Amino acid sequence: MTASRRITDTLIVFAVMLATWQILHQIAGATALPAPLPTMKYLVHMLPTARFAENALATLEAFTLALALAYAIGLAIGVWMGAHRLSGAVGEPILVVVYSLPKITLYPVVLLIFGLGISGKVVFGAMHGILPVALLTMGAIRAIPPVYLRSAQSLQLSPLQTVMTVLLPAALPEVFTGLRIGFTVTLLGVLLGEMFASKLGLGSMIMADMSLAQSEDMVTVAIVLFAFASIANAVLLWIEGKLYRKT
Amino acid sequence: MTRVGLIRIAVIAAAVGALELACRLGFIRHQVIIPPSEMAEALYGLLAAGTINADIVRTLGVIGIVIVVSIVLGFAVGLVIHALPRVRQALDPFFATYYAVPIFIFYPVLIAIFGLSPMPIVLIGVATAVVAMIIATLNGLDRVPRVLTKVARVHRLGAFATAVRLQLPAAAPYLFTGVKLSVSYGFIAVIAAEFILSPAGLGRDISDAYTDFNNRRMYALILFLLLIATVVNSVLHVLDVRFAARRTGGRA
Repeated sequence: MTASRRITDTLIVFAVMLATWQILHQIAGATALPAPLPTMKYLVHMLPTARFAENALATLEAFTLALALAYAIGLAIGVWMGAHRLSGAVGEPILVVVYSLPKITLYPVVLLIFGLGISGKVVFGAMHGILPVALLTMGAIRAIPPVYLRSAQSLQLSPLQTVMTVLLPAALPEVFTGLRIGFTVTLLGVLLGEMFASKLGLGSMIMADMSLAQSEDMVTVAIVLFAFASIANAVLLWIEGKLYRKT
Repeated sequence: MTRVGLIRIAVIAAAVGALELACRLGFIRHQVIIPPSEMAEALYGLLAAGTINADIVRTLGVIGIVIVVSIVLGFAVGLVIHALPRVRQALDPFFATYYAVPIFIFYPVLIAIFGLSPMPIVLIGVATAVVAMIIATLNGLDRVPRVLTKVARVHRLGAFATAVRLQLPAAAPYLFTGVKLSVSYGFIAVIAAEFILSPAGLGRDISDAYTDFNNRRMYALILFLLLIATVVNSVLHVLDVRFAARRTGGRA
């Protein structure tokens, strides 16, 4: 399979997606779903506006904080449950069950505790990200050959040194997979939070557009988020591939 | 019960007990979280009065439709894509990014197109759940031994008969991963959609109770949904462990 053929195939997939969009537009009408071309024109106009910048920055800020929180807590839980067998055996099924719960049901609780401002969104986003990071980190650390740990012991490394110089480097590729999935679900969490209750942010912008029947605006924001998530994921996948090849 | 299982139950009981105590002693205000015992009591009241039965039926019905459509459609689409290697290669990067994109942001677009009805909810649910089933189907079909497809050809089975009588059972242990994910994703998407905007349903109920500051009702409904999700996921997990044994135990 040559590279050019692969590019052709990807372009065809894109063309089919655009065609589907156009057909949906013909069926649904311009007020419900604008056509691809006008949306692209609108996108160029919308991106530099202050309203978009303000909302995008609000989402970016909440997302960054949520991600930092999710990574810190997720890695801590993962390292602990991976290194300490009993905690892992006790905790893993609990984490798995919590992971597959519809966390949106807990959002009102988060809002009651943290309020409607940015902290509610951040906590809710982090709640999504913590679990995959913790579960994959735990799995990665468990899969480390015991001989690594024994050599760390014989070198009399402190627990912190063991984590930093032995456990994390050995587990890095798989831990990175957890970080990538954590990125995705944290973004989803922050956006869901914004869609449900928030004054600022791209999620609330989409909801406001919908109630005002501004479908061009709504579809454009969705496309921007779509593009952001796919590009970020492609970059993370590329780094991940490099990490796996190195080990 | 194993020692680990006992410790797990003790940990969960301690967590619930601590929450109960913190609420009763006033460390957590009643306006924020009500004690777990009160949640259970309120839920019992709701179920006994039957006031939420219509919403339970509606929400679980929508989830059921989403799951069945996703599994059947996902298997069918997976079969077709599996038979066309070039299409599959073209779609592979698409599948790899699919769950990295918050598809849920298209829910408002679906509402704009279809109006405020169960339709956008079913569609966003299927959109969330079906791809997991397609991916699992492709994965499973890859592992169906070549000799079986040859047997089908020898017996002159048609495409449909081959799919139902041969490929489906042979790939079953792998397909189950897709079923499990479809159920879990379908559940999450439907509840989230109801929560954000929907004419009725349990998600909408919770959201209303939250806006009305009706904490007893809200926590009762949250408890109910979390219990259902936990039971469903646990059953799927147990089944999956059994299938996993067949995956590794059976012939390659």
